[in-house]
Amino acid sequence: MGLTIATLTLSHFRSHRAARMALDGRPVAISGPNGAGKTNIIEAVSLLSPGRGLRRASADELARRPDAIGWKIRAETAAPLHELETFAEGADSRQVRIDGKPAPQAALGRILRILWLVPAMDRLWIESAEGRRRFLDRMTLSFAPDHADAVLAYEKAMRDRNRLLKDMVSDAHWYVALESQMADAATRITANRHHALSRIAAAQQGAETAFPAAELALIGPEGEDIPEDLAPALAANRRRDMAAGRTLLGPHRADLAARYATKGVPADQCSTGEQKALLISLILANARALAADLGTPPILLLDEVAAHLDQHRRAALYDEICALGAQALMTGTEPGLFDSLGNRAQSFAVVEEGGMSKVSET
Amino acid sequence: MAAGGAHGGDTPREIEALIDLMARLPGLGPRSARRAVLVLLKRRGALMAPLAQAMAQVAVSARDCRICGNIGTSDICAICADDRRATGEICVVEDVADLWALERAGVFRGRYHVLGGTLSALDAVGPEELRIPDLIERVATEATREVILALNATVDGQTTAHYIADALAATGVSVTSLAQGVPIGGELDYLDDGTLGAALRARKSF
Ligand SMILES: Nc1ncnc2c1ncn2[C@@H]1O[C@H](COP(=O)(O)OP(=O)(O)OP(=O)(O)O)[C@@H](O)[C@H]1O
Ligand SMILES: [Mg+2]
Ligand SMILES: [Zn+2]
Repeated sequence: MGLTIATLTLSHFRSHRAARMALDGRPVAISGPNGAGKTNIIEAVSLLSPGRGLRRASADELARRPDAIGWKIRAETAAPLHELETFAEGADSRQVRIDGKPAPQAALGRILRILWLVPAMDRLWIESAEGRRRFLDRMTLSFAPDHADAVLAYEKAMRDRNRLLKDMVSDAHWYVALESQMADAATRITANRHHALSRIAAAQQGAETAFPAAELALIGPEGEDIPEDLAPALAANRRRDMAAGRTLLGPHRADLAARYATKGVPADQCSTGEQKALLISLILANARALAADLGTPPILLLDEVAAHLDQHRRAALYDEICALGAQALMTGTEPGLFDSLGNRAQSFAVVEEGGMSKVSET
Repeated sequence: MAAGGAHGGDTPREIEALIDLMARLPGLGPRSARRAVLVLLKRRGALMAPLAQAMAQVAVSARDCRICGNIGTSDICAICADDRRATGEICVVEDVADLWALERAGVFRGRYHVLGGTLSALDAVGPEELRIPDLIERVATEATREVILALNATVDGQTTAHYIADALAATGVSVTSLAQGVPIGGELDYLDDGTLGAALRARKSF
Protein backbone atom coordinates (compact mmCIF):
# COMPACT_ATOMS: atom_id res chain seq x y z
CA MET A 1 0.00 0.00 0.00
CA GLY A 2 1.18 3.50 -0.77
CA LEU A 3 0.70 7.04 0.37
CA THR A 4 -2.87 7.36 1.61
CA ILE A 5 -5.00 9.76 3.61
CA ALA A 6 -5.24 8.67 7.24
CA THR A 7 -7.42 11.44 8.60
CA LEU A 8 -9.56 13.98 6.81
CA THR A 9 -11.12 16.95 8.57
CA LEU A 10 -13.51 19.42 6.97
CA SER A 11 -14.34 22.68 8.76
CA HIS A 12 -17.08 24.96 7.46
CA PHE A 13 -16.57 23.45 4.05
CA ARG A 14 -19.76 23.52 1.92
CA SER A 15 -22.46 21.51 3.73
CA HIS A 16 -20.00 20.21 6.36
CA ARG A 17 -19.51 22.18 9.54
CA ALA A 18 -17.12 19.83 11.28
CA ALA A 19 -16.55 16.39 9.80
CA ARG A 20 -13.73 14.04 10.64
CA MET A 21 -13.01 10.74 8.94
CA ALA A 22 -10.34 8.28 10.06
CA LEU A 23 -9.30 6.15 7.08
CA ASP A 24 -7.33 2.93 7.21
CA GLY A 25 -6.10 2.73 3.62
CA ARG A 26 -8.85 0.48 2.26
CA PRO A 27 -11.19 1.87 -0.43
CA VAL A 28 -13.87 4.12 1.04
CA ALA A 29 -17.56 3.68 0.19
CA ILE A 30 -19.62 6.79 0.94
CA SER A 31 -23.39 6.45 0.73
CA GLY A 32 -26.34 8.68 1.53
CA PRO A 33 -29.38 10.33 -0.03
CA ASN A 34 -29.25 13.06 -2.66
CA GLY A 35 -27.95 16.31 -1.26
CA ALA A 36 -26.46 14.69 1.84
CA GLY A 37 -22.91 15.96 1.22
CA LYS A 38 -21.11 12.99 -0.38
CA THR A 39 -19.65 14.77 -3.38
CA ASN A 40 -18.59 17.61 -1.08
CA ILE A 41 -16.33 15.15 0.77
CA ILE A 42 -14.50 13.98 -2.32
CA GLU A 43 -14.34 17.54 -3.62
CA ALA A 44 -12.47 18.35 -0.42
CA VAL A 45 -9.99 15.58 -1.16
CA SER A 46 -9.56 16.87 -4.74
CA LEU A 47 -8.44 20.19 -3.22
CA LEU A 48 -5.44 18.39 -1.75
CA SER A 49 -4.00 18.63 -5.27
CA PRO A 50 -3.11 21.76 -7.28
CA GLY A 51 -5.95 23.54 -9.08
CA ARG A 52 -9.57 24.25 -8.32
CA GLY A 53 -10.73 20.76 -7.48
CA LEU A 54 -13.30 18.50 -9.12
CA ARG A 55 -15.99 21.19 -9.37
CA ARG A 56 -13.59 23.95 -10.42
CA ALA A 57 -15.14 26.11 -7.73
CA SER A 58 -13.69 29.43 -6.60
CA ALA A 59 -12.48 29.66 -3.01
CA ASP A 60 -15.44 31.74 -1.80
CA GLU A 61 -18.07 29.26 -3.09
CA LEU A 62 -16.57 26.66 -0.77
CA ALA A 63 -17.31 28.52 2.46
CA ARG A 64 -20.26 27.08 4.31
CA ARG A 65 -23.41 29.14 3.95
CA PRO A 66 -24.73 31.01 5.81
CA ASP A 67 -21.73 31.20 8.19
CA ALA A 68 -19.34 32.43 5.45
CA ILE A 69 -16.44 32.56 7.88
CA GLY A 70 -13.89 30.80 5.73
CA TRP A 71 -13.24 27.07 5.36
CA LYS A 72 -10.47 24.61 6.00
CA ILE A 73 -9.55 21.11 4.90
CA ARG A 74 -6.92 19.21 6.82
CA ALA A 75 -5.49 15.80 6.05
CA GLU A 76 -2.80 13.62 7.51
CA THR A 77 -1.16 11.16 5.19
CA ALA A 78 0.19 7.80 6.23
CA ALA A 79 3.56 6.35 5.23
CA PRO A 80 5.20 8.86 5.12
CA LEU A 81 3.38 11.16 7.49
CA HIS A 82 2.56 14.64 6.24
CA GLU A 83 0.11 17.23 7.37
CA LEU A 84 -1.70 18.98 4.53
CA GLU A 85 -3.92 21.97 5.09
CA THR A 86 -5.77 24.13 2.62
CA PHE A 87 -8.09 26.95 3.56
CA ALA A 88 -9.44 30.35 2.62
CA GLU A 89 -10.67 33.28 4.63
CA GLY A 90 -13.21 35.78 3.35
CA ALA A 91 -12.67 36.66 -0.28
CA ASP A 92 -8.99 35.60 -0.21
CA SER A 93 -7.70 32.90 -2.52
CA ARG A 94 -6.97 29.48 -1.12
CA GLN A 95 -3.82 28.92 0.89
CA VAL A 96 -1.81 25.77 1.40
CA ARG A 97 0.29 24.64 4.35
CA ILE A 98 2.38 21.51 4.26
CA ASP A 99 3.71 20.21 7.56
CA GLY A 100 2.80 23.51 9.15
CA LYS A 101 4.63 25.71 6.64
CA PRO A 102 3.03 27.86 3.92
CA ALA A 103 3.59 26.26 0.51
CA PRO A 104 2.60 26.96 -3.09
CA GLN A 105 -0.37 24.95 -4.41
CA ALA A 106 1.89 23.17 -6.90
CA ALA A 107 3.73 21.56 -3.97
CA LEU A 108 0.63 19.50 -3.15
CA GLY A 109 1.17 17.55 -6.38
CA ARG A 110 4.51 16.32 -5.05
CA ILE A 111 2.85 14.68 -2.07
CA LEU A 112 -0.46 13.20 -3.21
CA ARG A 113 -1.36 11.99 -6.71
CA ILE A 114 -5.12 12.31 -7.12
CA LEU A 115 -7.34 11.38 -10.08
CA TRP A 116 -11.10 11.70 -10.36
CA LEU A 117 -14.16 10.80 -12.34
CA VAL A 118 -17.38 12.77 -11.81
CA PRO A 119 -20.77 12.60 -13.57
CA ALA A 120 -20.06 15.92 -15.35
CA MET A 121 -17.34 14.07 -17.28
CA ASP A 122 -19.88 11.68 -18.85
CA ARG A 123 -20.04 13.98 -21.85
CA LEU A 124 -16.28 14.55 -21.96
CA TRP A 125 -15.76 12.89 -25.34
CA ILE A 126 -18.52 14.81 -27.10
CA GLU A 127 -18.12 18.25 -25.59
CA SER A 128 -15.44 20.88 -26.16
CA ALA A 129 -11.71 20.17 -26.09
CA GLU A 130 -11.33 22.11 -22.84
CA GLY A 131 -12.67 19.28 -20.69
CA ARG A 132 -10.48 16.69 -22.43
CA ARG A 133 -7.43 18.92 -22.05
CA ARG A 134 -8.16 19.29 -18.35
CA PHE A 135 -8.56 15.51 -18.02
CA LEU A 136 -5.28 14.99 -19.86
CA ASP A 137 -3.48 17.52 -17.67
CA ARG A 138 -4.82 15.91 -14.51
CA MET A 139 -3.39 12.58 -15.66
CA THR A 140 -0.17 14.29 -16.71
CA LEU A 141 0.19 16.01 -13.35
CA SER A 142 -0.02 12.61 -11.67
CA PHE A 143 3.13 11.51 -13.51
CA ALA A 144 4.93 14.88 -13.52
CA PRO A 145 4.19 17.18 -10.56
CA ASP A 146 6.30 19.87 -12.31
CA HIS A 147 3.62 20.03 -14.96
CA ALA A 148 1.72 22.53 -12.81
CA ASP A 149 4.69 24.94 -12.86
CA ALA A 150 5.09 24.65 -16.62
CA VAL A 151 1.38 25.32 -17.19
CA LEU A 152 1.45 28.34 -14.86
CA ALA A 153 4.51 29.81 -16.59
CA TYR A 154 2.97 29.24 -20.01
CA GLU A 155 -0.33 30.85 -19.05
CA LYS A 156 1.36 33.83 -17.44
CA ALA A 157 3.42 34.57 -20.56
CA MET A 158 0.42 33.94 -22.82
CA ARG A 159 -1.82 36.34 -20.89
CA ASP A 160 0.84 39.02 -21.35
CA ARG A 161 1.11 38.23 -25.07
CA ASN A 162 -2.68 38.38 -25.43
CA ARG A 163 -2.65 41.81 -23.85
CA LEU A 164 -0.05 43.01 -26.37
CA LEU A 165 -2.20 41.60 -29.17
CA LYS A 166 -5.34 43.31 -27.88
CA ASP A 167 -3.52 46.61 -27.41
CA MET A 168 -2.07 46.24 -30.95
CA VAL A 169 1.46 46.69 -29.59
CA SER A 170 3.98 46.16 -32.36
CA ASP A 171 7.25 46.00 -30.35
CA ALA A 172 8.82 42.85 -31.85
CA HIS A 173 11.34 42.44 -28.98
CA TRP A 174 8.50 42.15 -26.52
CA TYR A 175 6.79 39.44 -28.55
CA VAL A 176 10.07 37.56 -28.97
CA ALA A 177 10.65 37.69 -25.21
CA LEU A 178 7.21 36.33 -24.35
CA GLU A 179 7.14 33.81 -27.17
CA SER A 180 10.47 32.31 -26.16
CA GLN A 181 9.14 31.92 -22.60
CA MET A 182 5.95 30.33 -23.96
CA ALA A 183 7.95 28.03 -26.24
CA ASP A 184 10.14 26.84 -23.34
CA ALA A 185 7.10 26.07 -21.22
CA ALA A 186 5.25 24.52 -24.19
CA THR A 187 8.11 22.11 -24.80
CA ARG A 188 7.89 20.95 -21.19
CA ILE A 189 4.08 20.76 -21.29
CA THR A 190 4.01 18.71 -24.49
CA ALA A 191 6.80 16.40 -23.32
CA ASN A 192 4.97 15.80 -20.02
CA ARG A 193 1.72 15.05 -21.84
CA HIS A 194 3.40 12.63 -24.24
CA HIS A 195 5.13 10.92 -21.34
CA ALA A 196 1.79 10.43 -19.57
CA LEU A 197 0.14 9.08 -22.72
CA SER A 198 2.94 6.63 -23.37
CA ARG A 199 2.87 5.39 -19.77
CA ILE A 200 -0.90 4.92 -19.97
CA ALA A 201 -0.61 3.12 -23.32
CA ALA A 202 1.99 0.79 -21.83
CA ALA A 203 -0.22 0.09 -18.83
CA GLN A 204 -3.09 -0.89 -21.13
CA GLN A 205 -0.93 -3.43 -23.01
CA GLY A 206 -1.86 -6.93 -21.96
CA ALA A 207 -3.61 -5.72 -18.82
CA GLU A 208 -6.24 -7.96 -17.30
CA THR A 209 -9.20 -5.65 -17.09
CA ALA A 210 -12.92 -5.69 -17.70
CA PHE A 211 -12.70 -2.23 -19.24
CA PRO A 212 -11.99 -1.48 -22.90
CA ALA A 213 -8.58 -0.18 -23.96
CA ALA A 214 -8.44 3.31 -25.45
CA GLU A 215 -5.96 4.53 -28.04
CA LEU A 216 -5.00 8.09 -27.21
CA ALA A 217 -3.38 10.83 -29.29
CA LEU A 218 -2.42 14.43 -28.62
CA ILE A 219 -3.58 16.66 -31.48
CA GLY A 220 -3.91 20.35 -32.35
CA PRO A 221 -7.27 22.18 -32.39
CA GLU A 222 -7.95 21.21 -35.99
CA GLY A 223 -6.67 17.67 -35.58
CA GLU A 224 -3.18 18.60 -36.79
CA ASP A 225 0.13 17.73 -35.12
CA ILE A 226 1.49 20.12 -32.50
CA PRO A 227 4.54 22.09 -33.75
CA GLU A 228 7.80 20.86 -32.23
CA ASP A 229 9.16 24.36 -31.61
CA LEU A 230 6.46 26.89 -30.83
CA ALA A 231 8.58 30.07 -31.04
CA PRO A 232 8.80 30.38 -34.87
CA ALA A 233 5.16 29.32 -35.21
CA LEU A 234 4.05 32.03 -32.79
CA ALA A 235 6.19 34.64 -34.55
CA ALA A 236 4.66 33.70 -37.90
CA ASN A 237 1.16 33.88 -36.42
CA ARG A 238 1.34 37.35 -34.87
CA ARG A 239 -0.85 39.03 -37.50
CA ARG A 240 -3.53 36.37 -37.36
CA ASP A 241 -3.45 36.37 -33.55
CA MET A 242 -3.70 40.16 -33.48
CA ALA A 243 -6.84 40.00 -35.61
CA ALA A 244 -8.27 37.44 -33.19
CA GLY A 245 -7.06 39.34 -30.11
CA ARG A 246 -5.61 36.15 -28.62
CA THR A 247 -3.12 33.34 -29.17
CA LEU A 248 -4.59 30.72 -31.49
CA LEU A 249 -1.74 28.24 -31.42
CA GLY A 250 -0.09 26.33 -28.61
CA PRO A 251 -0.56 23.65 -25.96
CA HIS A 252 -3.54 25.58 -24.54
CA ARG A 253 -5.43 24.57 -27.69
CA ALA A 254 -4.35 20.93 -27.75
CA ASP A 255 -6.94 18.16 -27.74
CA LEU A 256 -6.99 14.55 -26.65
CA ALA A 257 -8.28 12.16 -29.30
CA ALA A 258 -9.46 8.74 -28.15
CA ARG A 259 -10.56 5.61 -29.91
CA TYR A 260 -12.19 2.44 -28.59
CA ALA A 261 -9.26 0.22 -29.51
CA THR A 262 -10.82 -3.14 -30.32
CA LYS A 263 -13.61 -1.56 -32.37
CA GLY A 264 -11.56 1.21 -33.93
CA VAL A 265 -14.38 3.66 -33.21
CA PRO A 266 -13.68 7.27 -32.11
CA ALA A 267 -14.80 7.83 -28.52
CA ASP A 268 -17.40 10.45 -29.41
CA GLN A 269 -19.20 7.86 -31.56
CA CYS A 270 -19.33 5.22 -28.83
CA SER A 271 -22.46 4.48 -26.78
CA THR A 272 -22.97 6.32 -23.48
CA GLY A 273 -21.94 3.26 -21.50
CA GLU A 274 -18.90 2.67 -23.70
CA GLN A 275 -17.78 6.29 -23.30
CA LYS A 276 -17.95 5.95 -19.52
CA ALA A 277 -16.14 2.60 -19.67
CA LEU A 278 -13.31 4.25 -21.63
CA LEU A 279 -12.90 6.89 -18.91
CA ILE A 280 -12.82 4.29 -16.15
CA SER A 281 -10.37 2.25 -18.19
CA LEU A 282 -8.04 5.25 -18.55
CA ILE A 283 -8.17 6.11 -14.85
CA LEU A 284 -7.33 2.51 -13.98
CA ALA A 285 -4.51 2.33 -16.53
CA ASN A 286 -3.14 5.61 -15.18
CA ALA A 287 -3.29 4.20 -11.67
CA ARG A 288 -1.50 0.98 -12.70
CA ALA A 289 1.24 2.97 -14.46
CA LEU A 290 1.77 5.16 -11.40
CA ALA A 291 1.85 2.14 -9.12
CA ALA A 292 4.56 0.68 -11.35
CA ASP A 293 6.55 3.94 -11.58
CA LEU A 294 6.31 5.10 -7.98
CA GLY A 295 5.50 1.93 -6.14
CA THR A 296 2.31 3.55 -4.94
CA PRO A 297 -1.08 3.92 -6.65
CA PRO A 298 -2.82 7.32 -6.74
CA ILE A 299 -5.89 8.26 -4.74
CA LEU A 300 -9.02 7.80 -6.86
CA LEU A 301 -12.18 9.86 -6.43
CA LEU A 302 -15.10 8.14 -8.14
CA ASP A 303 -18.33 10.09 -7.88
CA GLU A 304 -21.46 8.06 -8.69
CA VAL A 305 -19.43 5.65 -10.77
CA ALA A 306 -20.99 2.48 -9.35
CA ALA A 307 -24.52 3.55 -10.25
CA HIS A 308 -23.75 3.61 -13.98
CA LEU A 309 -22.28 0.12 -14.18
CA ASP A 310 -24.05 -3.23 -14.44
CA GLN A 311 -23.44 -5.68 -11.63
CA HIS A 312 -20.67 -7.55 -13.44
CA ARG A 313 -18.72 -4.42 -14.39
CA ARG A 314 -19.18 -2.99 -10.92
CA ALA A 315 -17.70 -6.10 -9.30
CA ALA A 316 -14.84 -5.98 -11.81
CA LEU A 317 -14.13 -2.33 -10.93
CA TYR A 318 -14.00 -3.14 -7.23
CA ASP A 319 -11.72 -6.11 -7.83
CA GLU A 320 -9.33 -3.99 -9.90
CA ILE A 321 -9.25 -1.22 -7.27
CA CYS A 322 -8.53 -3.76 -4.53
CA ALA A 323 -5.84 -5.44 -6.64
CA LEU A 324 -4.18 -2.05 -7.14
CA GLY A 325 -4.36 -1.32 -3.43
CA ALA A 326 -5.59 2.15 -4.30
CA GLN A 327 -7.38 4.33 -1.79
CA ALA A 328 -10.50 4.96 -3.86
CA LEU A 329 -13.18 7.19 -2.37
CA MET A 330 -16.48 6.25 -4.01
CA THR A 331 -19.94 7.73 -3.61
CA GLY A 332 -23.38 6.26 -4.25
CA THR A 333 -26.92 6.93 -3.10
CA GLU A 334 -27.53 3.31 -1.98
CA PRO A 335 -25.23 1.40 0.40
CA GLY A 336 -26.24 -1.73 -1.56
CA LEU A 337 -24.16 -0.51 -4.51
CA PHE A 338 -21.06 -1.37 -2.49
CA ASP A 339 -22.23 -4.78 -1.24
CA SER A 340 -19.83 -6.79 -3.34
CA LEU A 341 -16.89 -4.94 -1.74
CA GLY A 342 -17.78 -6.52 1.58
CA ASN A 343 -15.18 -5.76 4.22
CA ARG A 344 -12.58 -4.97 1.59
CA ALA A 345 -13.79 -1.37 1.98
CA GLN A 346 -14.51 1.08 4.75
CA SER A 347 -18.10 2.37 4.72
CA PHE A 348 -19.42 5.78 5.66
CA ALA A 349 -22.96 7.10 5.72
CA VAL A 350 -23.70 10.77 5.10
CA VAL A 351 -27.01 12.40 6.02
CA GLU A 352 -28.26 15.96 6.17
CA GLU A 353 -29.45 16.98 9.62
CA GLY A 354 -30.58 20.45 10.57
CA GLY A 355 -28.93 22.08 7.58
CA MET A 356 -25.57 20.36 7.91
CA SER A 357 -24.02 17.12 6.76
CA LYS A 358 -23.30 14.38 9.27
CA VAL A 359 -20.74 11.71 8.46
CA SER A 360 -20.47 8.42 10.35
CA GLU A 361 -18.64 5.18 9.80
CA THR A 362 -20.94 2.18 9.48
CA MET B 1 -16.27 53.85 20.61
CA ALA B 2 -14.52 56.99 21.76
CA ALA B 3 -13.00 59.42 19.33
CA GLY B 4 -9.26 58.90 19.09
CA GLY B 5 -9.20 56.06 16.62
CA ALA B 6 -7.63 52.68 16.39
CA HIS B 7 -4.70 53.38 18.67
CA GLY B 8 -7.02 53.92 21.54
CA GLY B 9 -7.65 56.39 24.28
CA ASP B 10 -6.58 59.96 23.96
CA THR B 11 -3.37 59.58 21.98
CA PRO B 12 -2.86 62.98 20.34
CA ARG B 13 -3.69 63.20 16.68
CA GLU B 14 -0.09 64.01 15.60
CA ILE B 15 1.28 60.91 17.28
CA GLU B 16 -1.42 58.79 15.72
CA ALA B 17 -0.58 60.22 12.31
CA LEU B 18 3.07 59.30 12.92
CA ILE B 19 2.11 55.75 13.85
CA ASP B 20 0.00 55.45 10.69
CA LEU B 21 2.93 56.58 8.55
CA MET B 22 5.33 54.20 10.26
CA ALA B 23 2.91 51.31 9.74
CA ARG B 24 3.32 51.78 5.97
CA LEU B 25 6.96 50.75 6.14
CA PRO B 26 7.78 47.23 5.02
CA GLY B 27 7.99 44.81 7.92
CA LEU B 28 6.04 47.07 10.26
CA GLY B 29 2.40 46.49 11.11
CA PRO B 30 0.22 48.71 13.32
CA ARG B 31 1.53 47.02 16.49
CA SER B 32 5.22 47.25 15.72
CA ALA B 33 4.75 50.80 14.38
CA ARG B 34 3.26 51.77 17.71
CA ARG B 35 6.20 50.19 19.53
CA ALA B 36 8.71 51.97 17.30
CA VAL B 37 7.03 55.33 17.83
CA LEU B 38 7.00 54.75 21.56
CA VAL B 39 10.76 54.10 21.51
CA LEU B 40 11.26 57.31 19.54
CA LEU B 41 9.09 59.28 21.94
CA LYS B 42 11.03 58.03 24.93
CA ARG B 43 14.34 58.89 23.27
CA ARG B 44 13.32 62.18 21.77
CA GLY B 45 16.64 63.92 22.15
CA ALA B 46 19.04 61.08 21.37
CA LEU B 47 17.11 59.41 18.56
CA MET B 48 13.97 61.12 17.34
CA ALA B 49 15.35 64.57 16.68
CA PRO B 50 18.46 63.40 14.79
CA LEU B 51 16.31 60.89 12.86
CA ALA B 52 13.83 63.60 11.88
CA GLN B 53 16.67 65.86 10.84
CA ALA B 54 18.38 63.14 8.77
CA MET B 55 15.10 62.26 7.08
CA ALA B 56 14.34 65.87 6.25
CA GLN B 57 17.79 66.31 4.74
CA VAL B 58 17.73 63.14 2.66
CA ALA B 59 14.16 63.79 1.51
CA VAL B 60 15.44 66.99 -0.08
CA SER B 61 18.78 65.74 -1.39
CA ALA B 62 17.92 62.21 -2.62
CA ARG B 63 17.75 61.72 -6.39
CA ASP B 64 17.79 58.98 -8.96
CA CYS B 65 21.04 58.81 -10.91
CA ARG B 66 20.38 60.16 -14.40
CA ILE B 67 22.53 57.46 -15.92
CA CYS B 68 21.85 54.23 -14.05
CA GLY B 69 18.79 54.82 -11.85
CA ASN B 70 20.67 54.19 -8.59
CA ILE B 71 19.49 56.32 -5.69
CA GLY B 72 22.02 58.82 -4.38
CA THR B 73 22.33 62.46 -3.47
CA SER B 74 23.56 63.86 -6.75
CA ASP B 75 22.38 63.79 -10.35
CA ILE B 76 25.07 61.25 -11.14
CA CYS B 77 25.70 58.57 -8.54
CA ALA B 78 29.11 57.76 -7.04
CA ILE B 79 29.44 54.60 -9.13
CA CYS B 80 28.73 56.33 -12.44
CA ALA B 81 31.05 59.21 -11.45
CA ASP B 82 33.94 56.85 -10.64
CA ASP B 83 36.18 56.37 -13.71
CA ARG B 84 37.65 53.17 -12.25
CA ARG B 85 34.27 51.55 -12.69
CA ALA B 86 34.24 52.12 -16.43
CA THR B 87 35.16 48.48 -17.01
CA GLY B 88 32.92 48.07 -20.04
CA GLU B 89 30.53 45.91 -18.01
CA ILE B 90 26.97 46.93 -17.18
CA CYS B 91 25.01 44.83 -14.72
CA VAL B 92 21.22 45.10 -15.18
CA VAL B 93 19.15 44.70 -12.01
CA GLU B 94 15.45 45.03 -11.22
CA ASP B 95 15.76 47.12 -8.11
CA VAL B 96 18.13 49.36 -6.16
CA ALA B 97 18.02 46.69 -3.43
CA ASP B 98 19.71 44.28 -5.86
CA LEU B 99 22.39 46.88 -6.65
CA TRP B 100 23.00 47.37 -2.95
CA ALA B 101 23.25 43.61 -2.42
CA LEU B 102 25.89 43.33 -5.16
CA GLU B 103 27.79 46.33 -3.75
CA ARG B 104 27.67 44.91 -0.24
CA ALA B 105 29.11 41.65 -1.55
CA GLY B 106 31.85 43.65 -3.34
CA VAL B 107 31.87 41.15 -6.19
CA PHE B 108 31.23 43.44 -9.15
CA ARG B 109 33.53 46.28 -10.23
CA GLY B 110 31.62 47.63 -13.26
CA ARG B 111 28.53 49.82 -13.50
CA TYR B 112 24.80 49.17 -13.17
CA HIS B 113 21.49 49.83 -14.82
CA VAL B 114 18.49 49.77 -12.49
CA LEU B 115 15.22 48.99 -14.27
CA GLY B 116 12.89 49.63 -11.35
CA GLY B 117 10.69 46.64 -12.15
CA THR B 118 9.97 44.03 -14.81
CA LEU B 119 8.05 44.02 -18.06
CA SER B 120 4.38 43.20 -17.59
CA ALA B 121 1.85 43.86 -20.33
CA LEU B 122 -0.97 43.08 -17.89
CA ASP B 123 0.25 45.74 -15.46
CA ALA B 124 0.99 48.21 -18.27
CA VAL B 125 4.72 48.21 -17.53
CA GLY B 126 6.51 48.58 -20.86
CA PRO B 127 10.14 49.12 -21.92
CA GLU B 128 9.91 52.92 -21.48
CA GLU B 129 8.79 52.58 -17.86
CA LEU B 130 11.88 50.45 -17.25
CA ARG B 131 14.29 52.81 -19.01
CA ILE B 132 15.29 50.09 -21.46
CA PRO B 133 15.73 52.60 -24.33
CA ASP B 134 18.23 54.43 -22.06
CA LEU B 135 20.12 51.18 -21.55
CA ILE B 136 20.35 50.57 -25.29
CA GLU B 137 21.68 54.09 -25.76
CA ARG B 138 24.22 53.61 -22.95
CA VAL B 139 25.51 50.45 -24.57
CA ALA B 140 26.07 52.37 -27.80
CA THR B 141 27.77 55.41 -26.22
CA GLU B 142 29.65 54.00 -23.22
CA ALA B 143 32.08 51.57 -24.87
CA THR B 144 30.35 48.51 -23.42
CA ARG B 145 31.79 45.00 -23.77
CA GLU B 146 29.30 43.04 -21.74
CA VAL B 147 25.79 43.42 -20.37
CA ILE B 148 25.15 41.12 -17.40
CA LEU B 149 21.48 40.38 -16.76
CA ALA B 150 20.97 39.85 -13.03
CA LEU B 151 17.19 39.46 -13.13
CA ASN B 152 14.97 37.16 -11.09
CA ALA B 153 14.03 33.72 -12.38
CA THR B 154 10.32 34.64 -12.44
CA VAL B 155 8.37 34.65 -15.72
CA ASP B 156 8.37 38.48 -15.75
CA GLY B 157 12.06 38.64 -14.85
CA GLN B 158 13.00 36.27 -17.65
CA THR B 159 10.71 38.01 -20.16
CA THR B 160 12.56 41.22 -19.34
CA ALA B 161 15.91 39.47 -19.78
CA HIS B 162 14.86 38.09 -23.17
CA TYR B 163 13.64 41.50 -24.24
CA ILE B 164 16.93 43.17 -23.43
CA ALA B 165 18.96 40.39 -25.04
CA ASP B 166 16.87 40.60 -28.21
CA ALA B 167 17.02 44.40 -28.30
CA LEU B 168 20.84 44.30 -27.91
CA ALA B 169 21.38 41.47 -30.39
CA ALA B 170 22.11 43.91 -33.24
CA THR B 171 24.76 45.83 -31.25
CA GLY B 172 27.14 42.88 -31.00
CA VAL B 173 27.71 43.44 -27.28
CA SER B 174 28.04 40.23 -25.28
CA VAL B 175 24.95 39.52 -23.15
CA THR B 176 25.32 37.18 -20.18
CA SER B 177 23.18 36.16 -17.24
CA LEU B 178 23.93 35.06 -13.71
CA ALA B 179 24.61 31.35 -13.41
CA GLN B 180 22.10 28.89 -12.04
CA GLY B 181 22.14 28.65 -8.31
CA VAL B 182 20.06 31.78 -8.05
CA PRO B 183 16.94 30.17 -6.61
CA ILE B 184 13.83 30.22 -8.81
CA GLY B 185 11.92 33.36 -7.94
CA GLY B 186 14.56 34.13 -5.34
CA GLU B 187 15.44 37.75 -5.16
CA LEU B 188 19.05 38.83 -5.39
CA ASP B 189 18.67 40.90 -2.29
CA TYR B 190 18.21 37.75 -0.22
CA LEU B 191 21.26 35.87 -1.48
CA ASP B 192 24.35 35.69 0.66
CA ASP B 193 27.55 37.27 -0.60
CA GLY B 194 29.23 33.95 -1.42
CA THR B 195 26.33 32.75 -3.57
CA LEU B 196 26.15 36.10 -5.35
CA GLY B 197 29.87 36.06 -6.12
CA ALA B 198 29.71 32.49 -7.41
CA ALA B 199 26.67 33.25 -9.57
CA LEU B 200 28.46 36.26 -11.04
CA ARG B 201 31.75 34.46 -11.74
CA ALA B 202 29.97 31.56 -13.42
CA ARG B 203 27.83 33.78 -15.63
CA LYS B 204 27.04 32.41 -19.04
CA SER B 205 26.07 33.72 -22.43
CA PHE B 206 22.35 34.43 -22.54
N1 LIG C 1 -21.13 26.66 0.28
C1 LIG C 1 -22.12 25.84 0.72
N2 LIG C 1 -22.66 26.03 1.94
C2 LIG C 1 -23.64 25.21 2.39
N3 LIG C 1 -24.14 24.20 1.68
C3 LIG C 1 -23.63 23.96 0.47
C4 LIG C 1 -22.60 24.76 -0.08
N4 LIG C 1 -22.29 24.30 -1.31
C5 LIG C 1 -23.11 23.25 -1.51
N5 LIG C 1 -23.93 23.04 -0.46
C6 LIG C 1 -24.95 22.03 -0.28
O1 LIG C 1 -24.38 20.78 -0.01
C7 LIG C 1 -25.37 19.82 -0.21
C8 LIG C 1 -24.75 18.48 -0.54
O2 LIG C 1 -24.06 18.53 -1.75
P1 LIG C 1 -23.37 17.26 -2.40
O3 LIG C 1 -23.15 17.61 -3.81
O4 LIG C 1 -22.21 16.83 -1.59
O5 LIG C 1 -24.52 16.17 -2.26
P2 LIG C 1 -24.45 14.62 -2.60
O6 LIG C 1 -24.54 13.90 -1.33
O7 LIG C 1 -23.29 14.34 -3.46
O8 LIG C 1 -25.83 14.46 -3.38
P3 LIG C 1 -26.16 13.71 -4.78
O9 LIG C 1 -26.44 12.29 -4.41
O10 LIG C 1 -27.40 14.40 -5.22
O11 LIG C 1 -25.02 13.88 -5.70
C9 LIG C 1 -26.29 20.38 -1.28
O12 LIG C 1 -27.59 20.46 -0.76
C10 LIG C 1 -25.75 21.77 -1.53
O13 LIG C 1 -26.78 22.74 -1.66
MG1 LIG D 1 -23.10 13.94 -5.49
ZN1 LIG E 1 24.59 55.86 -11.64
